Amino acid sequence: MFNTLAEIFSYEFMQNALLAGVLESLVSGIIGTLVVLNRMVGISGGIAHAAYGGVGIASYFGFDPVLGAVLFSLLSSVTMGVAHRKLRERSDTMIGVMWAVGMATGIIFVSLTPGYRANLMSYLFGSILAVSKQDIWWMAGIALATVLFVVLFYRQLLAISFDEEFATVRNLPVTALSVLLLIMTGLTVVVAMRVVGLIMVIALLTIPSAIASMFFKNMRVIMLVAVGLGIVFISAGLVISFLSNLPAAAVIILLAGLVYFLAFVIKRILLKTKT
Amino acid sequence: MTESIQAPTKSILRIEDMWAGYDGEAVLEDIQFEMFTGDYVGIIGPNGGGKTTLIKVILGLLPVMRGSVSVLGQSPVQARDRLGYVPQVSRTDRDFPISVWDVVRMGREKAGFLGVRSLSAQDKQAIERALGQADVLDLAKRSFNELSGGQRQRVLIARALATNPEILVLDEPTANVDGQSTARLYDLLAELNQSLSILLVSHDLMAISTHVKTIACVNRKMVYHNEKVLTQEMMDLGYECPVELLAHGVPHRVLAYHDHDHLSSNTSHKLEDNQDV
Repeated sequence: MFNTLAEIFSYEFMQNALLAGVLESLVSGIIGTLVVLNRMVGISGGIAHAAYGGVGIASYFGFDPVLGAVLFSLLSSVTMGVAHRKLRERSDTMIGVMWAVGMATGIIFVSLTPGYRANLMSYLFGSILAVSKQDIWWMAGIALATVLFVVLFYRQLLAISFDEEFATVRNLPVTALSVLLLIMTGLTVVVAMRVVGLIMVIALLTIPSAIASMFFKNMRVIMLVAVGLGIVFISAGLVISFLSNLPAAAVIILLAGLVYFLAFVIKRILLKTKT
Repeated sequence: MTESIQAPTKSILRIEDMWAGYDGEAVLEDIQFEMFTGDYVGIIGPNGGGKTTLIKVILGLLPVMRGSVSVLGQSPVQARDRLGYVPQVSRTDRDFPISVWDVVRMGREKAGFLGVRSLSAQDKQAIERALGQADVLDLAKRSFNELSGGQRQRVLIARALATNPEILVLDEPTANVDGQSTARLYDLLAELNQSLSILLVSHDLMAISTHVKTIACVNRKMVYHNEKVLTQEMMDLGYECPVELLAHGVPHRVLAYHDHDHLSSNTSHKLEDNQDV
């Protein structure tokens, strides 16, 4: 068993994948918890899909698709965030439109891009096994920013997530932090995009913190447990995918989903025995 | 700030010719209102009549369209951190993972930008005192989401008290709270009123009329005479007044014989009496 694992992770691409997985778990566990608590899951889905527009445009003009995705997701996250704040319930439709328009833009530009295009599909379905050193540097930077963000603003983020009006009356920097959270969400989406692809980003963002919040009642603990669960899902998914020759992203998500349902059932049983 | 000649009270909230609303559409028209230290004002009115809008204006969350609002001699935005805001329990997330202590601690967060500040001895004292005042000290370690409606409401009052407010502003404090807890809540508010001015909003006239010192009525417009009288004017404003009260005739003095300094036990009896009518 140990020998097999040692062999699997002796490959450089597997080491990179594992490192990417850890960085991704760090970012998704922390930001995902805030996204779930602030009911921004729809917005983050929109950001993820709109980011494909950036991937398409970047590859058409010949620069790094990750940079394109970063710029596009920042733009769309702030736009959707502002729409959400201004329109509230009615922002649903607008987020849906941006979601689709971003995708369509990406598809058009990808199809216009001459030459080898298979690589561009990897942004949709993930390519953790093909993460480059450059990707890892992006991820490490974003992970560092995420940790700083939550360490520096933990109390304010907690107050704003729980009760925005009260936080405003207390003169906490509600608008600034909401915009920062949107920006961090946009960056998180880009990191998760390399690992599981745009289409499955929401799963990595929500499942670990959803499981953690079934069993823990403290935001800090939920974040830490979500990070841990993310690392478990991604590394176990990598091993299973290596051994079974199945696509890593899909294996990771299925594993996470399976644990989610198990946790749900366990939680139910626990509640029943309690009463 | 204007000093009153007769009493040692001063004006703490003054609203003049105020219009407010959303998207250019007025919800409140031509509001005149003044509150003094030690007041305990209950604002009643039908749902959708503009009560919450009025609270948002006072808290500096919504700019006025016309007129002026002065809170503690300042603009609402400048003065808002001197107000203790208690939102409706139903507006908070039922499943939010947070302890009672952490909810009340929010009352001590400062406007400064960084969140790494550790809790000072003074903060800790203020939180404990607030928890004690609202009678939820024994719940401090509990999770907010496993409490009853009445307990959660008292935790939110504790959070407001932790800010050392000069005025307590409550939005529908008894919505989602059972009868017994409601009586307990009003006892608490009467006690707090000995050192704090209170403004509370409710659609439930019966519940608040026995507890507050003065009643205002809001339904687009506002009627307020700085006394505990329900006038024809208030009725005309479109308030669907409980039949029991109308039966006594209008204008109706709502328990005006009551001694404000000895509220509580007496009060809950009166509430029951009224309901029996």
